[in-house]
Amino acid sequence: MEERPDDRPDLPPHLRPEAREDGRGLWPVRIEDATLSAGGRRLLDGLSFALPAGGVTALMGPNGAGKSLALRMLAGLIRPDSGAVRWGAGETPIKGAVALVFQRPVLLRRSTAGNIDHALAIAGVPRRERAARRAGLLALAGLERLADRPARALSGGEAQRLALARALAARPRLLLLDEPTASLDPAAVAAIEDLARRIVAGGATVLLVTHDAGQARRLADRALFMHAGRIVEDAPAARLLAAPRSPQAQAYLAGRLLV
Amino acid sequence: MNDGASAFATALALIVSGDPEFLGIVGLSLGVTLTAVLISCVVGMPLGALLAVARFPGRGALVVAFNALMGLPPVVVGLLVYLALSRSGPLGALGLLYTPAAMVIAQTILVTPIVAALTRQAVADLNAEYDEYLRALGADRVETIGTLLWDARFSLATAALAGFGRASAEVGAVMIVGGNIAHVTRVMTTTIALETSRGELALALGLGIVLLAISLGVNAAVMGVRTQAERVGHA
Repeated sequence: MEERPDDRPDLPPHLRPEAREDGRGLWPVRIEDATLSAGGRRLLDGLSFALPAGGVTALMGPNGAGKSLALRMLAGLIRPDSGAVRWGAGETPIKGAVALVFQRPVLLRRSTAGNIDHALAIAGVPRRERAARRAGLLALAGLERLADRPARALSGGEAQRLALARALAARPRLLLLDEPTASLDPAAVAAIEDLARRIVAGGATVLLVTHDAGQARRLADRALFMHAGRIVEDAPAARLLAAPRSPQAQAYLAGRLLV
Repeated sequence: MNDGASAFATALALIVSGDPEFLGIVGLSLGVTLTAVLISCVVGMPLGALLAVARFPGRGALVVAFNALMGLPPVVVGLLVYLALSRSGPLGALGLLYTPAAMVIAQTILVTPIVAALTRQAVADLNAEYDEYLRALGADRVETIGTLLWDARFSLATAALAGFGRASAEVGAVMIVGGNIAHVTRVMTTTIALETSRGELALALGLGIVLLAISLGVNAAVMGVRTQAERVGHA
């Protein structure tokens, strides 16, 4: 009988975030007064927020508000024109401590298992440990039977589950999810949300970009509302979603906000 | 016309009978070309990948240069290699002129830009897609190039086959640096040129048939690689 995702066990210890003793810590991860311009447009305009360890934070806001840019900054992919991004006392992220899952998963031209193996190899997992880790990640994402399938032949939901499992290869402490369920059907959305819940229960911190107020309500304990390159409201998720105080969040949640 | 028909019959007989001289020529051709293609791949693929991934001053000029070198005239390459290897040339002391090694050198110079330029294109396309993912993983330069080369493997196989096609059909360079010496540096293309000019059409035709078959085989292999790539979701 096929096992349904919600019957699956909790995250086994060897897939949980690794408590690396790196001397400088990771928390809080924060963006301080960041600005970024491109093509004569100001994309980020004094963006500041901090993420302490633990929990799920939803980052919401209209298209073009700068949410994906904020995520890329926290992953160390881009630097602000002015201001700073900090990981604890560090000015670069510790390798493997932060993982980013894209809205459209970037899948290598390899099998499902091959994608996970690759991430494990880059994370520096010793060869003899990889098989067990790979099996654990495939089971976590419910992809055991698709292990040998070319990753690019997976359905949208399967592909995103693989991207999420693969992101755990390095046992990251901060997981950045950029609209992970955009364009997925309700069952696939439920599977991803379930996976995210188990990842958080395993001890990881999640920053989730989403347009889905229901998803933010189901997963997040804190919500940040972003508009025109800065945070305009930072509140407990339930409160912000039920009774937003900033005019921008009020308009957005009522379905009438443009950048 | 009668001449042609009888020559064709003799050519077929040469192929079927496994004439030692005939087989020697085919064997040397394949040996020289495969060695040259192998060296070109070992040099050209990492070089092409580096050109695709690295950012350094003069990179654009190098890319243009490699694309231009794809069309190098073989006789010019032959001439330059001849000058380098001739007794008074800088590499004359090696005594390589009129040996198969000289032919390998000339073909390697012809094929490496083709392999490098095709590799660069394939890897650059892939890198545009993978770049953020690999950087977010924290992959270093070597890991990045290794990932891109492996994932572009079907395109790279096509690049190697294109190089093989160019080298196996080439006559000018190997004629100049090999000298077309019987049993030593006589390959299919140079033999065809020589035997045709001497009116010995049978051997020329027989070798021509083998060359055509190799060309067909290479094209079939390219098609096979594409089909396989699509089957495993690479397209």
